[in-house]
Amino acid sequence: MNAPRMPIESGVPDPFPYMHPTLKANYGQWAWHDRPRPGVLHHVAKGGDQVWTVRAGTQRQMDVHTIRKLMDIADEFADGYVRFTIRSNIEYMVSDESKVTPLIEKLESEGFPIGGTGNSISMISHTQGFLHCDIPGTDASGAVKALMDELHHDFTHEEMPNRVRMTTSCCQINCGGQGDIAINIQHTKPPKINHDLVANVCERPSVVARCPVAAIRPAMVNGKPSLEVDEKKCVACGACFPPCPPMQINDPEHSKLAIWVGGKNSNARSKPTFHKLVAAGLPNNPPRWPEVAEVVKNILKAYKDDAKDYERMGEWAERIGWPRFFEKTGLPFTKYHIDNWRGGRVNLNASAHIRF
Amino acid sequence: MAKKLQDTPMLDQLESGPWPSFITGLKRLANDGKGYSDMVVDLLGQLETSYQTKKGYWKGGTVGVIGYGGGVIPRFTELMDENKKPMFPAAAEFHTLRIMPPAGMHYDTATIRKFCDIWEKYGSGLIAFHGQSGDIMFQGCTSDNVQPAFDELNEMGFDLGGAGPAVRTGMSCVGAARCEHSCTDEGRAMRMLVNAFLDDMHRPALPYKFKFKVSGCGNDCMNSIQRADMSMIGTWRDDMKVDQGEFKNYVETKGRKWIVDNVITRCPTQALSLNEDDTLDVKNSDCVRCMHCINVLTKALSPGDDKGISILVGGKRTLKIGDLMGTVIVPFMKLDTDEDYEKLEELAGEMIDFFAENALEHERTGEMIERIGLINFLEGIGLDVDPNMVTQPRSNPYIRMDGWDEEAKKWFERKAG
Repeated sequence: MNAPRMPIESGVPDPFPYMHPTLKANYGQWAWHDRPRPGVLHHVAKGGDQVWTVRAGTQRQMDVHTIRKLMDIADEFADGYVRFTIRSNIEYMVSDESKVTPLIEKLESEGFPIGGTGNSISMISHTQGFLHCDIPGTDASGAVKALMDELHHDFTHEEMPNRVRMTTSCCQINCGGQGDIAINIQHTKPPKINHDLVANVCERPSVVARCPVAAIRPAMVNGKPSLEVDEKKCVACGACFPPCPPMQINDPEHSKLAIWVGGKNSNARSKPTFHKLVAAGLPNNPPRWPEVAEVVKNILKAYKDDAKDYERMGEWAERIGWPRFFEKTGLPFTKYHIDNWRGGRVNLNASAHIRF
Repeated sequence: MAKKLQDTPMLDQLESGPWPSFITGLKRLANDGKGYSDMVVDLLGQLETSYQTKKGYWKGGTVGVIGYGGGVIPRFTELMDENKKPMFPAAAEFHTLRIMPPAGMHYDTATIRKFCDIWEKYGSGLIAFHGQSGDIMFQGCTSDNVQPAFDELNEMGFDLGGAGPAVRTGMSCVGAARCEHSCTDEGRAMRMLVNAFLDDMHRPALPYKFKFKVSGCGNDCMNSIQRADMSMIGTWRDDMKVDQGEFKNYVETKGRKWIVDNVITRCPTQALSLNEDDTLDVKNSDCVRCMHCINVLTKALSPGDDKGISILVGGKRTLKIGDLMGTVIVPFMKLDTDEDYEKLEELAGEMIDFFAENALEHERTGEMIERIGLINFLEGIGLDVDPNMVTQPRSNPYIRMDGWDEEAKKWFERKAG
């Protein structure tokens, strides 16, 4: 028998062999850029070289036929190179301006929207959901497809006050990350425990340790070692579910969707911020989640109508004040919006600053 | 005999609308009579069931490649019939290989075509560009095909990424390759760090995950402050550059009010002022390198020449203790020479060693720092305190300060040194 093949531990590949020649030639030597139209970036190097980047949306989970079609387009129009953005948009670079329009026409004719630049709504960042995750409360790709259908105009146009970065997450681990608008599963009931399986499947002390509110304790149930949850303490976060699948947190009816706004990764103007809860209790309603789309579009409209240029969603809410945010969006303000978690006092208004 | 695609009334509704449809793509795979088609038929069957019942049906397990302890995400179906046989047997094993892309996610088409050929041969034909931790996700592989698929990808020069309690796949922005804001060689820093700790990536033995992310400026396109255990942000410490001629052009074309409203008053530290002659006055000592004015006036304004990075640690999302942003531990370090890069690698090594020895199981670096305090962490990795590490000094007196004279002396010695 042959010895098994051992991996070549090569790590992260060097990007230079895969890089468009104009980018390679001007590495670290770029001078400025502008955006001739939505979906197109134009970069000029210190030495005078220019490159136009055409950005197109994709479905992220791509079949090989779609990928090969995108590669055919790159070979025909863009020198045989592409790159991807953090939000799963594909980018084609061309050093000849006359190639931009035919490239755009080709991509559009194949159904790929051109946009995601500047003050647009870019592709929603997300992970797997029902398609591949072991702990999902909902599907990610489907919810994103349904929402991007609704937001197509704002992907392909730059009409927002500033960029809008959205995310979705199928549990509170929040793989999608922070966003101007984040659409996240919020469980509303404690886990349902299959006591027959806990002893065999779960490492009980580490499950106990995962709970942020110390609501889980070891117990004997029906003569078997298991775990029990103090349901008055439980915050339904689902942290116990990944290490202990018999503690089922997902519930077709009671796992709801919540909407958070004002997350920002950039340091531009204000420091980075976390997103804040604005709406909850929305039904998990595949295949198109219309109730979520309605709330999201309503928030986006209020932002678009009222924010000043360059204000991100959270900066806009800060300026007009949260009472007015709830007024303008028509969303209810409830006791659940007030942070009772440790350190939550920093979120309270310790001043006489009140808008009337 | 190829499997017939069952009815998928829920998923079918995701085929309409202007955005590209992953369902349409999956159906193409299901219907094109290739080796993977049956698997995709059954994947669609399981996914349709999830849409109908609003439940997920995958469980994890243990699948890997020889020589590594991580990097493959195992998925086995939990959807069984009354005889405890999988209802969708061709997709009963549907594992993902996480493969690290070239830094900055650059590709030539030949490479991606080869990925497609390999994944057509061994996998489902479904590839995600990219996962949230920055890997190419080759989704849908039987247990038997994981090894040969990896072997072919590995021979192409690609390696498995991180999963589980390990150093994870890193991310760096497009940066120097196509962005004038770039203040460092993002790809070099990210590659050096990840490649220096491949043992901690491929043989997961840390308390929990550890992520490196590098953004070339404060715009932080890699979301590193929010989600990296060690975040590096390009910055500069000399004056920002102002092309007054170009600035005046902006004033002329955009108007003074626009410049005042969108540039001058948007500066978070009031470091900008519009001069009477329509040139720009910058108080560089007040500038916090937020990038706003540079983002807006790309032709007129740019970062300075004395570039380097700021380092923040401990960003992560909610579970278990609540959201944490990364916080500054190194306000500035140069990243020009090989020695500079070695210093960065050493610091990362100190941090990972300290994390490995001191974090609890399933505790991220930020949570560990929250538990033990930043001072203990800094002392553990051998860094001195710096006022750039805080938003403001402490506001409560609950601290024993009988070492004050000694600590003050250290400060003055450092200042003098």
